[in-house]
Amino acid sequence: MGGKRVYLKGNEALAYGALEAGLNAYFGYPITPSSEVPETLAKEFGNKKYPEFKFFLQAASELEAINMTLGAASGGARAMTATSSPGFSLKQEGLSYAACMEIPLLVVDICRAGPGLGNLGPEQSDYFQGTKGGGHGNYRLIVLAPATVQEMALLPRIGFDLAFKYRNPVLILGDAFTGQLKEDVEFPEVTPEHYDVSGWAATGAKGRSPHIFNSLELDYQKWFKHIGKIYEKYQRAQENDVRFEEYRTEDAETVIIAFGIASRIAKGAVNKLRSKGVKVGLFRPITLWPFPQSQLKMLASQGKRFLVIELNTGQMLEDVKLAVGDGATVGFIGKWGGVVPTETEIENKLRRLEVVAV
Amino acid sequence: MTQVAYTIKLGKLDSLTDTPTHYCAGCEHGTLTRLIAAAMDGLGIREKTVMIDSVGCSVLAFNYLNCDHVVAAHGRAPAVATGLKRVHPELMVFTVQGDGDAASIGLLELIYAAKRSTPITVFLVNNAIYGMTGGQMAPTTLEGQVTTTTPFGRDVHLTGTELDASKLLATLDGAAYVKRASLAVQEISTQRGKVYTIKNLLDAKKSVENAFKVQALGGFAFVELLSTCSINWKMPVLDAKRFVNDRVVKKFPLGLYKDTFGVERQ
Repeated sequence: MGGKRVYLKGNEALAYGALEAGLNAYFGYPITPSSEVPETLAKEFGNKKYPEFKFFLQAASELEAINMTLGAASGGARAMTATSSPGFSLKQEGLSYAACMEIPLLVVDICRAGPGLGNLGPEQSDYFQGTKGGGHGNYRLIVLAPATVQEMALLPRIGFDLAFKYRNPVLILGDAFTGQLKEDVEFPEVTPEHYDVSGWAATGAKGRSPHIFNSLELDYQKWFKHIGKIYEKYQRAQENDVRFEEYRTEDAETVIIAFGIASRIAKGAVNKLRSKGVKVGLFRPITLWPFPQSQLKMLASQGKRFLVIELNTGQMLEDVKLAVGDGATVGFIGKWGGVVPTETEIENKLRRLEVVAV
Repeated sequence: MTQVAYTIKLGKLDSLTDTPTHYCAGCEHGTLTRLIAAAMDGLGIREKTVMIDSVGCSVLAFNYLNCDHVVAAHGRAPAVATGLKRVHPELMVFTVQGDGDAASIGLLELIYAAKRSTPITVFLVNNAIYGMTGGQMAPTTLEGQVTTTTPFGRDVHLTGTELDASKLLATLDGAAYVKRASLAVQEISTQRGKVYTIKNLLDAKKSVENAFKVQALGGFAFVELLSTCSINWKMPVLDAKRFVNDRVVKKFPLGLYKDTFGVERQ
């Protein structure tokens, strides 16, 4: 794939992106709209082009899949599992354990419209579940939000880099659009990064003391310390690994804040409005956690207004409000149930923003 | 009755740490830990063995067995073991599960690991009760047995009859070795009075070794070990051993349920 330009679905691009990043093992349970990920990987399993891809298995349940992924990752493997919203709920148990035991793995949620079974339309309603921990206990996932098929192809590599850097699970949070959309993708000519796992992986205690992945400690003081260590790690991630894209924000009076597919629609609206002389820009968080809090605070200090656009009832909105503070004007367009906003709707809302704030 | 003298080799095993176990008096978890350590030493596999610690009384085994460990969520040990074994086929991966862990919350994980002939080893400690959580009904609790959630005895019309994991797994093509042994010493009468025989333990020891050998041959190995839980059964230790040998074995007969590679004959 390296150096080639190909026309792919988002989910297919993600699968190839993971293979290009040196994926060792995939365990998953089929669920629409993410099933092209396991389908693509099943097809490529055994292909000599990907000698590092050692194991593919369709699990009997989402719980099995995430725990197999955890098991493989505990051995130092680059392991991944992909799912969609109802399945992501089931993954939470394993993610809590993986974060607790500092096991790096990659999980993909191609979000559909929930709650419940919902429908197969695009939504971004797993934002809370993805960015606030999702499972039980004190932990975070590092959350990456792709907006294009190209990014679907590139983020697995970045995801594995971050997972192994922080020894924490990383979530790629897409939606039914980014998963199903077909676009041109270019795969850069790169070799997979080498991660040194010798200091922690469960590979047999030969000539060293045992490596123990433990999620149980009955001594409260010891546990306080362990969780404190993980918390410090998260602070480092907040300082060093925030990713975002700014588009025409410099002279903008209003900045639209949107991620994933919502940011694509927003970008269209920005271009349209700019041609009419409206000073508007786009701020797109790529890491939903760590959230680009200080960057937004900076924009707020410049007196800019904000319009948050999400395919949910207002989840990132809460983090934006927290970042920009009470003084800033923040408007919101939320669509859910598979419905997406139009550029005209964005334009109309923007014009009203001067008088109405949510 | 013929008297047979058995000897158990005591002394330091490389696979055992020096940490005293937390197990209650009379509990056979410590016995099993030692049998596993002896098998790891005997087969020379300590340095390539990873234990998946399951939720229940077995979870603190990472303090006792001198090898790599990964703690799994409740019931998920066979899934975690599958993931690790599939990316590191050179490792010996095993777990010790309780009856609640393996036969209730983790039944799917257990069945599918066996169904797929996953080359891992699963030891199931069947003490007919939830030990760590304080004596609630397990899928293996005997009909009529009193637990904290069956205070008037287990009503099988409501909760179904005892789940026989060995019998169940033996029906699966993928399982290569299924054995039910007992860790409870047995009281026998001799001319000199009552003595305790460790015949059961010797059989259990052999089964533990075989279960690792079967994994090395590429098969899924399962050994169910009948045990006591005198604290939660609210019985003196020796009464609890008697209960296993008189009552539990009737519902859960000891024996070899499956041996695809014929390791027991060797």
